Amino acid sequence: MDQNIIVRLQDIVVDFDEEAVLDGLSLEIHDEEFVTLLGPSGCGKTTTLRVIGGFLLPKQGNVFFDGVDITRLPPYKRKVNTVFQKYALFPHLNVFENVAFGLRLKKLGEREVTERVEEMLALVGLRGFGLRDTATLSGGQQQRVAIARALVNRPKVLLLDEPLGALDLKLRKEMQIELKRIQQSLEITFIYVTHDQEEALTMSDTVVVMNHGRIQQIGSPQDIYNEPNNAFVADFIGESNILDGMMPKDFVVEFAGHAFACVDGGFAQNELVQVVVRPEDIQVVPAAAGQITGVVRTTVFKGVHYEMLVEQAGNEWIIQSTVASAPGELIGMRMEPDMIHIMHRSEEALAYMEEEEGADADEA
Amino acid sequence: MRTRRKGIAAPYLIWMVVFTVLPLLLVIYFAFTDKQGHPTMANLYSLGSYTNVFVLSLVLAVVATVLCLVIAYPISFMLSRLRAGRQGIALMLVMLPMWMNFLLRTYAWMSLLERNGLINRFLGLFGIGPFEMINTAGAVVLGMVYNYLPYMILPLYTAMLKIDSSIIEAAEDLGAGTWHKLWKILLPLSKPGIQTGITMVFVPAVSTFIISKMLGGGNFWLLGDLIESQFLGNAYNYNLGSAISLVLMVVVLLIMGFTGGFGQEDIEGVI
Ligand SMILES: Nc1ncnc2c1ncn2[C@@H]1O[C@H](COP(=O)(O)OP(=O)(O)OP(=O)(O)O)[C@@H](O)[C@H]1O
Ligand SMILES: [Mg+2]
Repeated sequence: MDQNIIVRLQDIVVDFDEEAVLDGLSLEIHDEEFVTLLGPSGCGKTTTLRVIGGFLLPKQGNVFFDGVDITRLPPYKRKVNTVFQKYALFPHLNVFENVAFGLRLKKLGEREVTERVEEMLALVGLRGFGLRDTATLSGGQQQRVAIARALVNRPKVLLLDEPLGALDLKLRKEMQIELKRIQQSLEITFIYVTHDQEEALTMSDTVVVMNHGRIQQIGSPQDIYNEPNNAFVADFIGESNILDGMMPKDFVVEFAGHAFACVDGGFAQNELVQVVVRPEDIQVVPAAAGQITGVVRTTVFKGVHYEMLVEQAGNEWIIQSTVASAPGELIGMRMEPDMIHIMHRSEEALAYMEEEEGADADEA
Repeated sequence: MRTRRKGIAAPYLIWMVVFTVLPLLLVIYFAFTDKQGHPTMANLYSLGSYTNVFVLSLVLAVVATVLCLVIAYPISFMLSRLRAGRQGIALMLVMLPMWMNFLLRTYAWMSLLERNGLINRFLGLFGIGPFEMINTAGAVVLGMVYNYLPYMILPLYTAMLKIDSSIIEAAEDLGAGTWHKLWKILLPLSKPGIQTGITMVFVPAVSTFIISKMLGGGNFWLLGDLIESQFLGNAYNYNLGSAISLVLMVVVLLIMGFTGGFGQEDIEGVI
């Protein structure tokens, strides 16, 4: 991957009604990278795209494109194109003219327009659909038109706002693969917005996890999954067991009433930390062989594995295992040192944990 | 479905016959007969001497319609882009003058435009004027624009409500500046509203009689005045009046057919 930075956001602040929707957001995006903005609804993903696309002037901060400050450049002058959340096809134009729109504005000759539109329609698998009215297309086909229309100008960066949100699961999987193929064959940057963590993990080179208008973590899908920065990331990316703990010394962490070996060091002595263990990283063993023991509360079959809720010394654990244990059974639990992820207790993480508890209490 | 629809349409049909078809037939009958009821083409032939009235009426109505369109278009667009909560209030403010009596509205303009009216007196404070404003073609057009502007705004606003902002943004994203956004996206998508608006302003404007009388001071004798004088005025010749009405109707129909303005747009929801 080319390491040139194509888009750079610097300390972006966006307010709506006095409330910070983007709160000092900084982000670097490389050439030919597939970057995903991931976060819960309302965290500012669309707003970030609108700032990059030029539809929203941030209250503070700068946007750079290829090293040039474009903060105040109007959208029509930016070498960035967008696939909108609701497709936003032009209802008075047919498929061909929708795709040709950008080229006609450039006053290209009829032959070149036809050539490039046909090329795009072929790329998205809509060869022969040119004369169709967009209203007669299925959701997936409309989505393809929107992609072809945005790509026809040959942008260096394509912004996609939850492009697959309205499609059913099967079509979504197909389109995920197709989008990845298109991105790789055109060798351009995709900035992709989703709130589906699985989609983010499978498609991206880099995942940007956001919450409340701030970036929580930037990293490869593996990093994000295996080494979450804080409790929010750990919780948002897949299911996790998150517990309070303490580091008496390097490579030892105490939580759930037991001192575990771990691979992390560099914390202050007796520093209070948070510990994340993925449900699939806990081994179920006979009670006598466990580092800790717990009683199974419920067992649910999930297809590939069983998911069990286990109560242990006042903690509730989620464990995924291919072997089921019956409710009421006393089991042993073991965790390998490199399966235990240790995080500082940041203000943010604490605030998030409190929020979660509040929400749980509301549900109860 | 069809039969049920027919059933519902029955009262409407009766209404149409009594209040639209019958009067129309009467107008046609009178237009082609003389005072004694004998068939004649004289009424129509005599219309040649009123050509200048026809031309003046059409010109003023066209000017007023174009002005309404030019003024109403940006207003309607801005209205349609306001946040949903504010749209109702803003629309009400635009429609407020419509709630005032038509005559009162026009009288108000008279007292504003008069030689000793408010505007001239205000300008006089700065030693400017007085200007001859009332009894000019401009005053008549002003009266038309002021009175009929809401009829242009409503259909335009309704049509523009249906244009999602993301469609305009998509055009901008693909390289369209202000002019291209207007020309390639807004105008085509608001076309039904434009057509309806033109009809709703042009038709009353071309046949108005009070506005021309009050603000034109009798200098601008329009078709409406002509027709009125045949029925209520001293000319009193309803055969001629019917002939003029008939020709006016045909002219309006032709123009509407030309601009495609037989309002497919559903504006009932707003009015
Ligand atoms: N035009 C606006 N006026 C007022 N508030 C807005 C506006 N646009 C966005 N917001 C607010 O900004 C916040 C972030 O919105 P944004 O659309 O960026 O979220 P998102 O991450 O894209 O969410 P989703 O996944 O639901 O699309 C939300 O709280 C939203 O209510
Ligand atoms: Mg969004």
